[in-house]
Amino acid sequence: MNRLSFDKVSVYRNGKAILGPLDVALQADGITCLLGPNGAGKSVFLNLCHGMYAPDKGTVEWNGVAAVSTRMDRSFMFQSAAVMRRSVWANVAFPLVAQKVPRPERLERVLEALAFARLVDQASQPAASLSGGEKQRMALARAWVTRPKVILLDEPAANLDPGSTHALESMLHDIATKSGVIIATHNLPQARRLARHVLVFTNGKLAANMAADSFFNQSHTGQVADYLEGRI
Amino acid sequence: MDTLSAAWFLLIGMDADLLAIVSLSLKVSGFAVLYALILGAPVGAALAIWSFPGRQVLIVVFNSLMALPPVVVGLSVYLLLSRSGPLGDLGILFTPKAMIVAQTVLIFPIIVALTREAVKPVFREYRGLLVSLNASPFLVLRTVLWDARFGVVTALLAGFGRAVAEVGAVLIVGGNINGLTRVMTTTIALETSKGNLELAMALGVVLIVLALVMNALIYSISRIGLRFQEVRE
Repeated sequence: MNRLSFDKVSVYRNGKAILGPLDVALQADGITCLLGPNGAGKSVFLNLCHGMYAPDKGTVEWNGVAAVSTRMDRSFMFQSAAVMRRSVWANVAFPLVAQKVPRPERLERVLEALAFARLVDQASQPAASLSGGEKQRMALARAWVTRPKVILLDEPAANLDPGSTHALESMLHDIATKSGVIIATHNLPQARRLARHVLVFTNGKLAANMAADSFFNQSHTGQVADYLEGRI
Repeated sequence: MDTLSAAWFLLIGMDADLLAIVSLSLKVSGFAVLYALILGAPVGAALAIWSFPGRQVLIVVFNSLMALPPVVVGLSVYLLLSRSGPLGDLGILFTPKAMIVAQTVLIFPIIVALTREAVKPVFREYRGLLVSLNASPFLVLRTVLWDARFGVVTALLAGFGRAVAEVGAVLIVGGNINGLTRVMTTTIALETSKGNLELAMALGVVLIVLALVMNALIYSISRIGLRFQEVRE
């Protein structure tokens, strides 16, 4: 049960609203896709969901508790995920070190996460030596290793080839059976493959909020249609 | 030519005086760089990570202190440690301990500035991850220092190079006492002025070799470090 609620939320940059005012209540189980043109507010929305910072106005809560104070319940995978200057193993282990998970349990969970990402053979390599697809799988393993209630991902497949994208998506499908997944993407076919629920942002506001089935099977008007047909 | 071969014999024969002087040099500068690292690396990292009032001023101050003339450091530490100075009760003036203190002060700004340079790009990359993981300030410091380790080791070697090659500070606070506080550089200065060139030249050779070794180490360590660094297109 991961109930996300945005209540009268606004975020400003240089005096201009880049998100909101926004009211959303969402059951974030399964995979939720955030769609919308560049600068529409998807990343800001994700950052607020994780509690990277608090909104300038309003509240963001998970099950009634402020997002900023429950970051540990979730993981965030950034668009350009940090590749720590360590081995692949140490990269994946890092969140567990941050959470002070005792060593024996840490070993077990890192191994499991590496197996999940099919990176066991590369465990002792410097992470920087991985290919682009492997790096993203490592970042996802690092996000998954803490068993978060929700994983938030910002364009995780933006620079990947179809094979790597497929590998990442199948990991996401697996994760979604146990945790909530919220993913911002530009890739409509990807959203169609993944999403159970869809949110569309335009100009910092919510233009659509509906189940993926109905979203992809009905015709749209206004800004959503403009976005889907590439006019904005 | 006689001088050269005499110097050579001192080196080959592992002359006892020469060994004592070299080992005191290494010991003094080694401890100095160790203390400067322990004190300076966290300060350098903190300057790279956190913004607080006065940070810019501190950065400029540490950068200018890197060029501090050793004799000035020597003089300041001398005043601190002299019998009437605030730390006079320690009674360590004209001992190797005083020399370590002076060189620590001398290298500290180098370690701070170079550590800051090394940590800056690492923190820039890690910031989001560290915030998203709710990392404690201590964990942030530990993480960026460790992942900037190749740069920090380079700072350490650069500091050691500066310490082992300086004359002014150790001369003033150590006093160049035979068998007690005589290090390579102060011996070279003294023996040369006495016209006793063999020992001076032998020590000069040791210093040059040390400089070569240090730079070779710096070079290979940064090469190894590159393997851990991501090249982003």
